[in-house]
Amino acid sequence: MSASTPYIGRSVKRLEDRRFLTGTGRYIDDIKLPDMAVMAIYRSPHAHARINAIDLTAAKAVPGVIDAFCAADIDMDLPEIPLRLAPFDGFERFLQRPIADDKVRYVGEPVAVVIASDRYIAEDALDLIEVDFAPLPAVTQVDQAAAGDTLVHEDAGENMATRYTVGRGDADDAFRRAAYTRRERFTTNRHGAVPMETRGLIAEFNPDTPLLRLHGATKVNFFNRRHLAAAFDLPEAAVELIETDVGGGFGARGELYPEDYLVPIASRRIGRPVKWIEDRRENLTATNHSRDIVCDLEIATTDEGRILGMRATVQGDMGAYIRTNGGVVASKAAQFLPGPYRVPAFSCDVQFLVTNKTPVGTFRGPGRFEANFCRERMLDMVAADLNIDPAELRLRNLMEPADLPYRIGELVPGDVNATFDRGNYPSALNQLLDEVGYADWKDRQGTIIDGRAYGLGIACFIESSAAGPPETARITVAADGAIEIRTGASSVGQGTETGMAQICADYLSVDIDRIGVLHGSTTLVPTGGGTFHSRNTVMAGNAVRMAAETLQARSIELAALRWNTDASGLEYRDGAVHQNDAAASVLSLVELAAFAQSRGTDEALAADAAFDNEGKLSYSYGAHAALVAIDVATGVVEVEKYVLTEEIGRALNPAMVQGQAIGGLVQGLGGTFLDHMVYDEDGQLLTGSFADYLLPTSTDLPDITAIALEESPSEFNPMGFKGAGEGGIVAVAAAVGNAVTHALNAHNIQINDLPITPDRLRAALRAVGA
Amino acid sequence: MKPPKFDYFAPDSIESALALLTEHGEDARYLGGGQSLVPMMNLRVAAPSALIDLNGIAALRGIRIDEEDRLHIGAMTRTRQIELDATIARANPLLHEAAPHIAHIQIRNRGTIGGSLAHADPAAELPGVVLVCDAEIKLFGPDGARSVATGDFFKNIFSTALQDGDMITEIVFPAWPSTRRWAFQEISRREGDFAMIGIAAWFDLDDAGRISAAGLAAIGAGDTPLRLSSGETVLIGQAPGEKIFAEAARASLSDLQPGSDIHASAEYRREVGGVLVERTLKAAWERSS
Ligand SMILES: Cc1cc2nc3c(=O)[nH]c(=O)nc-3n(C[C@H](O)[C@H](O)[C@H](O)COP(=O)(O)OP(=O)(O)OC[C@H]3O[C@@H](n4cnc5c(N)ncnc54)[C@H](O)[C@@H]3O)c2cc1C
Repeated sequence: MSASTPYIGRSVKRLEDRRFLTGTGRYIDDIKLPDMAVMAIYRSPHAHARINAIDLTAAKAVPGVIDAFCAADIDMDLPEIPLRLAPFDGFERFLQRPIADDKVRYVGEPVAVVIASDRYIAEDALDLIEVDFAPLPAVTQVDQAAAGDTLVHEDAGENMATRYTVGRGDADDAFRRAAYTRRERFTTNRHGAVPMETRGLIAEFNPDTPLLRLHGATKVNFFNRRHLAAAFDLPEAAVELIETDVGGGFGARGELYPEDYLVPIASRRIGRPVKWIEDRRENLTATNHSRDIVCDLEIATTDEGRILGMRATVQGDMGAYIRTNGGVVASKAAQFLPGPYRVPAFSCDVQFLVTNKTPVGTFRGPGRFEANFCRERMLDMVAADLNIDPAELRLRNLMEPADLPYRIGELVPGDVNATFDRGNYPSALNQLLDEVGYADWKDRQGTIIDGRAYGLGIACFIESSAAGPPETARITVAADGAIEIRTGASSVGQGTETGMAQICADYLSVDIDRIGVLHGSTTLVPTGGGTFHSRNTVMAGNAVRMAAETLQARSIELAALRWNTDASGLEYRDGAVHQNDAAASVLSLVELAAFAQSRGTDEALAADAAFDNEGKLSYSYGAHAALVAIDVATGVVEVEKYVLTEEIGRALNPAMVQGQAIGGLVQGLGGTFLDHMVYDEDGQLLTGSFADYLLPTSTDLPDITAIALEESPSEFNPMGFKGAGEGGIVAVAAAVGNAVTHALNAHNIQINDLPITPDRLRAALRAVGA
Repeated sequence: MKPPKFDYFAPDSIESALALLTEHGEDARYLGGGQSLVPMMNLRVAAPSALIDLNGIAALRGIRIDEEDRLHIGAMTRTRQIELDATIARANPLLHEAAPHIAHIQIRNRGTIGGSLAHADPAAELPGVVLVCDAEIKLFGPDGARSVATGDFFKNIFSTALQDGDMITEIVFPAWPSTRRWAFQEISRREGDFAMIGIAAWFDLDDAGRISAAGLAAIGAGDTPLRLSSGETVLIGQAPGEKIFAEAARASLSDLQPGSDIHASAEYRREVGGVLVERTLKAAWERSS
């Protein structure tokens, strides 16, 4: 590697941005295939109902309708949507099939499909579908699900999809010994990823070739291909998953959903390409929700606030079926409850309850956002009860560098080796405290100026990144000098192309403009691990590095052949192989690529690599601070300033890291104040459009300072990267909840439930006569 | 989210618009800025058989002051123009102050005052301001032109005195005394959202410095925009000041008839309605002193 081209660590402009900013990106709806039809889905208007009869006659008669079908019309065994992550025993009883057969279990569940020449006609036909439903009582709360009076899946005999206890140390003993204990119930609001671009798919299914080509894929293409191939009884090679540009993933996009099966079925039925684009109303009921947990948390400390133990019950509302993400949300909430602190004894009862709501999946920082909110709120209560400054309490309890690495114990069943790697958690908190001028704040908490109450809240977090299967990369140098990277990772808009090109440019010592990046599609790469869990920079980035290193070696080999000399005297630098002879001969990558090509097609100048971190995760960590001003009389909270520190090992591209932090934080403010999937008692979603499902907008931004720390490079990869995609979001509700509580300390208002709304705040203040 | 089929007509006169509407029956609708109607069509909540587009009718546009200093605003005047127009800023600064609270610039560029009044969302800003100003709403219908006082115009949620075929042509605001004090404030979940609760207020002073006339109206506080006459009564004859404003706010509570929805409870709307009455009166007073 040469020091003359330091792309890593520089805010290189994103290679993707030209096409995004000039409107030439290629999103799924930009793809138009000859003879393509469109598909629309009749979705259940009921949360829970038996299907007595479905009549598609009138829908089929609409001019322009090509076909319509329901479960009974599908001549194959309807596959179950598989579990990809956290596949706990018991979940197998609650898996979803692509289309409802005898019963619907949530508003939005697919019941019938119309294929038509355009979306207008398809929706006209949907209006004419007649379904005879016999409504059943809906289960909409975890308590109700646990009581089990109404069963969502009768065959399972219960609504508890699974339940387990995890922990470490002797929690009950810790509570017996404790000078101080407290118990609180916290809830986090059901909300979701809600990407700007909704999901969409185009299927081309030719059973004769056979070929199933699915455009619009992303995230975990090779896992999805394996399961689609099995579902349609095809060899894997006959299934192609093609990526497009993507307007946001955040965990929800690219998982297998009912539509990933229905669109191919539709294409196979009519022998034409079929497109389905999810509209926003569908998106809000059809795409995974997340975050919906209730947590009863107990803490035991000494009278100096040193944590002796924690006990908890986490109840996750899973919605109507267990989808691909399995038990991630609640299991990660449980695992991250102790956080970056010394918690010698911990015990958590984790329950996964099935209800008549949209199924849940992961959303940026799954389980972490929830756990941090519960724990960090609790710590502020402890601090107040024991009259200890909240920052001091945290510093007393944060693990010190000497405590690390630390085996956290089997806090997710089967995950026996989870280990926090090295780091300096107090340093991340101390830098935050300096940045916000915390020392000056102690006396200003709760100050009221012109009816506005001011408060500063802090929160700490730790967050895992880069789990999962190995990732692949191949680098090829063409005879014209163009360098192409292919990786099995996906791009969901986060700048993967740029990041991979930076690494490649540095490790090959070449100009970044020569590098193009292709990713994800099963037609481009032989295998891939996919994109989730803040993985790409660590996993794909290291695969690219290794491929570049191999390519250097390969270049030297080729140069040795070309010069007919021994490789040992040759050196790779500045994008070329150098011979230390009198003539100082040089062979550039272009010349070597041409030479390789001249020797025959098998001799391309190319190198493959796969990076496997063998389950050794790097943990990002840091702290958040929110400064709020609350209009006490109206309950309106304004976040005036927000500061966060996040240790990410090493920043590949500081501007992109900054973007991740700010984007995550704003999304977190949404989850704290706005985003909320509200259901009524009948299981009807009351927030079915953007008039009622509120996302943060560009008009609602505070003053933000996001500081990426690079003090503790990961030991598990030579470039030192840790994930940087979730640190911005995971502690927002925690910090804001604490800030609001401090601002209102005169009234002892505690924030235990999200979202924080003017209405809820006023109700709490009214109750204490304020 | 695609609408069912509909016919579309773009007349260039009020009369031909009415003729087209009559011809196409009760399911035909006028199209203003389309910012309420078109989303409802896309959600298939509304399914008009025909749209009679008013955008090409010059007679429905224009802002002017008449010889009695009244402000006339054509029904097809865009919200954004209400926000930016210098004549309106002078001739009805309350309207000017309320307009930026409506949605976002993109929507204000299209949405019209006529459309907003006809749509009659109880949380909409313009109906509240029109009501508090005692404006007159000019209509043209099958029986020709007529005029309705705002107090008689709003009947219920999304329901007005408009009869089949009636078109709003113009809104006429009474002259605005140069010494009048005013304010508009609202609370919404996000900037640009419909108000959970909002208050429009103005008052005039006599030579003795006492309040001689006052207007208070609430949006988001009932099935229609509401005039808060109990609060107004308290103010009349009194010298402005925090005490009397607080008293007016207390009195106004009895005029608020809010409901609950997922964004705010009735209790919240009532309580904060009172807060805003006090705040708008204070802001109005501070504006000039
Ligand atoms: C995202 C979003 C946010 C919004 N936020 C707000 C807000 O905060 N506050 C607010 O007040 N509004 C808000 N609106 C609504 C917006 O202001 C609308 O423009 C307005 O309510 C309707 O005006 P329009 O001209 O668009 O009417 P249209 O949508 O064209 O028509 C609405 C109704 O009025 C009828 N109509 C239109 N013109 C006439 C006429 N001259 N005579 C008789 N009938 C007529 C139509 O037939 C239809 O029934 C929002 C809209 C959107 C999309």
